[in-house]
This record gives sequence, structure tokens and C-alpha cells, in this order.
Amino acid sequence: MRADRNQRAPLALKIAATAGLLFLHLPILLIFVYAFTTEDKSYAWPPPGFTTKWFAVTWNRPDVWQALTLSVKVASISTAVALVLGTLCAAAVSQTKFFGRETISLLVILPIALPGIITGIALRSAFSIAEIPFSTWTIVLGHATFCVVVVYNNAVARFRRTSASLVEASMDLGADGFQTFRYVILPNIGTALLAGGMLAFALSFDEVIVTTFTAGQQQTLPIWMLEELVRPRQRPVTNVVAMVVVLVTFLPILAAFYLTRDGDQIAGSGK
Amino acid sequence: MAAAAHSAILPRRGGIAGALSDAFWRHPGFLLFLLLTPPVLWLGIIYLGSLFALLAQSFFSIDEFSGLVQYEFTLKTYGELFKAQNLDIILRTVMMAAIVTLAAAAVAFPIAYFAARYARGKWKAFFYLAVMLPLWSSYLVKVYAWKLILAKEGILNWLLAKMHLTWLLEAWLSLPIVGGNSLSFSYTGTFLVFLYVWLPFMILPLQAALERVPVNLVEASSDLGAAPAQTFRNVIFPLALPGLVAGSIFTFSLTLGDYIIPQIVGTSRRFIGQAVYIHQGTAGNIPLAAAFTVVPIVVMGFYLWGAKRLGAFNAM
Repeated sequence: MRADRNQRAPLALKIAATAGLLFLHLPILLIFVYAFTTEDKSYAWPPPGFTTKWFAVTWNRPDVWQALTLSVKVASISTAVALVLGTLCAAAVSQTKFFGRETISLLVILPIALPGIITGIALRSAFSIAEIPFSTWTIVLGHATFCVVVVYNNAVARFRRTSASLVEASMDLGADGFQTFRYVILPNIGTALLAGGMLAFALSFDEVIVTTFTAGQQQTLPIWMLEELVRPRQRPVTNVVAMVVVLVTFLPILAAFYLTRDGDQIAGSGK
Repeated sequence: MAAAAHSAILPRRGGIAGALSDAFWRHPGFLLFLLLTPPVLWLGIIYLGSLFALLAQSFFSIDEFSGLVQYEFTLKTYGELFKAQNLDIILRTVMMAAIVTLAAAAVAFPIAYFAARYARGKWKAFFYLAVMLPLWSSYLVKVYAWKLILAKEGILNWLLAKMHLTWLLEAWLSLPIVGGNSLSFSYTGTFLVFLYVWLPFMILPLQAALERVPVNLVEASSDLGAAPAQTFRNVIFPLALPGLVAGSIFTFSLTLGDYIIPQIVGTSRRFIGQAVYIHQGTAGNIPLAAAFTVVPIVVMGFYLWGAKRLGAFNAM
């Protein structure tokens, strides 16, 4: 639906849309202000003063660094697994028609369609039945499972736009299957995979609900934040960590947007 | 003849890679099998396996004296769901999910409508990113931001005091059910955080549906003498409905399963997610926790069935 160029939006609509956008953004901007406050005992507003000393304090905190390292490690491995599984699945579903194709798409979407607590508790009870001790790998198992869908969505959208005649032409010109994959398919789906991978990384980096069930005693960054939310002990450090997390997740989202914006479907619209 | 036929077909490729490549070409089913095996094994074993293991446990029960799980088939645990206290939890959660969904639809509609109808070029990208960034920014950071906002010494109370509206807040908080000691310990607070966190999930499908409303239908409607309100009610709204339903699937499902928001902002009365968490953790009652997880699955099953009939899946 596209209005004529000279058609103006009604004032009430403008106000409602602006108010809605402000509602979406002001709370996040507030985090940035709080990261600089001198107050460390309460959430007092307006801040009594501004300082940058909490950045130095946070920098020297080993527990924050450990949590961050674990989060990055888990997100990297999960993204790698999700990239492989998601691409394979997307290739199979989009290139051929076969019996049970709908079921496969449903299977991929299910981990994100059902509430996270169900995935979490299901994995946890499975680990205890199989007597698997908690480790980085138990976290990865959970994360990779729901990251597959993000890669899959992006890859399927791109495969649909890639015309099958390109592949046929490559085969006619004597390339074997692997050469076709390397020189024709991969360059076509490359940016979609990159975008999907970035979104998967952001999703895993931020995940907390499933992680609380699969982490045991380990702390990823979101779990560290959750503890602070439930029992605030170091408010200033939490403020700084929250601000950094916002900045770190914004970059992959912006990158994914610019990588796929020319397409009919833009990355990330189905989180 | 045989020689001619032979020369018309390329010779087989040598080497393992070549042989494999030929095999893929000759037997597409073989390639499909290889492509599908890893993801299906992963999702089938890890995900579906654990899911069924969990659901199976809901048919066991817990011995009230020893606190141990009895591995015998029984529907007793499901019976416990209908105890007054558990039924309360379920009703409270479903009500909250419904109200959050309605509010999200009301707040999302103007944004989606503006973005679909009036934004173009640079503004289009701006609107898109303005919804995407909150959608993807950290869930916990968003909840944390609301803890800052709703705190007694926080910005909202300060703002209301500046505008001499504190009496309004106090009057609201003294109401039954929605009220409480302060905003961060009331259903109103829980509702606001839910609305905030899930709002982008409503905007995106709604905008996608509105983009597809043909503008000449809107013009035809006004040419035929309909007032803008009539056009909205009889043309735009019915066509946008699938998008609205698609968005509501997210807001509804996400509210049903969440256990962190009501724990951080809200009263001590529990939601389904919290009940699951407590029963599987401190209480050690896995069967009841498993039975509780069946509730959102069943509710969502009905919801999706209804949504499919309204054509919501084409709008996602």
C-alpha cells in the first residue's frame, strides 16, 4: 500500500506513530545515561553527576570478562553449527520437492515457535536422564538448535531468488557439483549466509531463558546480568555492561540489514 | 549404434569428488538424503527427543511422602493442574497474554500503518531499523531499562512529580488487581514490560500485511463515498487482519512462556513460566513442571489452528 506522493499523513497518525517509536527507543537510551551516573546505591533520576570511572571499574572485573568470553565462545560455535545445518536444510527444501517437506520446515521453526522455557526444561531433563554433565557443549546444543531457524530463513529466501538455470548452465558447461557449489551457488547465497550468521550470533549472544537450564554453574553474560537483575549488587557495573551489550548487538543487526536490503526479504524480520 | 550412444554421453569423471558429483546428478534422492540427514538428526534427536522425554514425564507422578518420582503411568499430575491454585496461575497467564496482545496491536497499528503507507526512501529504511533495533537488542537489557524506569526513585515517578500527577499514579495503584505497592510490584508494571519487549514482534508482520493492501482498493472505497473511518473499518482492517493475527501469535506465545519478566517486575503471584521453573528446580517435581509446559503447547495449538483459518501464515 503506497500513498500518492502528494498525500500527507493525518496529524493524529503522525503523533501516534512518533509516540510509539519513542516508546520503543527511550528506554534503551536511558541505559546510556545511567552508565555515566555517579550514583551507585540506587536508580536515582536525575543522575546526581556524571563520571566515566565505572568503565574502568568494569574493565578490571574478571567475572565480567569470564562471562563475556564464555558468551562469545558459545555464540561462535553455535553460529558455525547453525550455518551448516541451516544451509543444508534450506538447500534441500528449496531445490527439490519431496514428501514431508512441510514437516521439515515445521521442525526447524518449532524450537523458536514454542516458548523458550519448554526447550530449556526439555533439554535439562534430557541431560539428567542421559547423565550428561553441564559444560560449554550443553549450552551450545541448546543455542544451535534455535539458531538454525535464523540461518534457514535467510538462506531459503535467497535460494528462492537464485534461478535454477544458473546451476544448469554451470553443469552444461562441464562443472561438476562441487565446482558449481563453489563458483555459482556460494557467491549467490554468500551475503544471505553472512547475514543469517550474524543474526544467529546476536540471538545466541543474548539468549537467557534456555541458557539458565543448560548452563549449570557457568555464567554467560546474560546469566550474569540476570543475577544482577534479581539481586542487584553492583549497579554501576551492570549499567556499563548493559550499554556495551546494546552497542555490541546493534552492529551485527546493522550489518545484516545492509547485506540483505536489496532482497525481497530482509534479514531478521523473523526473529 | 552403441558407439554413437556412448559418445553422446560424457565419460564418467575420475576421482572421488568426480564420482560423487556424478552420483549426485544421477540420483538426486541421494543428494537430498545427504543434505537432510545432519539437520534432521540434530533436530530430531536433540530437540524432539528431549521434548518427548519431557512430555512422557508428565504422565508420571511424584510420591507425596518421599518426594521421589514414581515411574508409572498416571493422569494424577494432570489432575493437579485443575487445583484452584494452579488453575489460577493458568488463567492469570492467559489473561495477561491476551491483554498484552490487544495493547500491542493498538500501539503497533499506527507505526505499521505509517511505515507502510507514508514512509518512503530513506524514511522507509529508518522505520525498518527503528523497529529492528529494539527487536534484536538484548532482552535482559530491555527488562533492566524498565527496572530503572519503574523504580521508586526512577524517571517515571520523577516525571509524574514534576507534572504534579503523583495523585493519579497513587489512585491507579490503589485500584484492586492492577494496583500494588509501587509500579515495579504491580501487574501494571508487568504488563508495561511485556508490552514493551514484545511490541516489535507485532509491528513487523502487521506492516508486511499493510504493505500488501492494494492502494486502489482504498481509493475506490473513498471514490464510492466512504468516510476515512468507514474505509478503515471495511477495507483496510479486514485486509490487515492476517498480519495482526500473525503478530499476535508471537506476543501471545512469548507472554505465555516467559518467566523472567514477572519475576523481576511484578507481584509475588506466579505465572506459568515461573511455576514450571520452580517445580523443576527447588521443588524437584518434574512431572508437574512437565504437565505445566503442556498448557502453553495446547493453548498455542488451538491458537495456531485458529490463526491458520484466518490466513495468518501467509502474512509472516
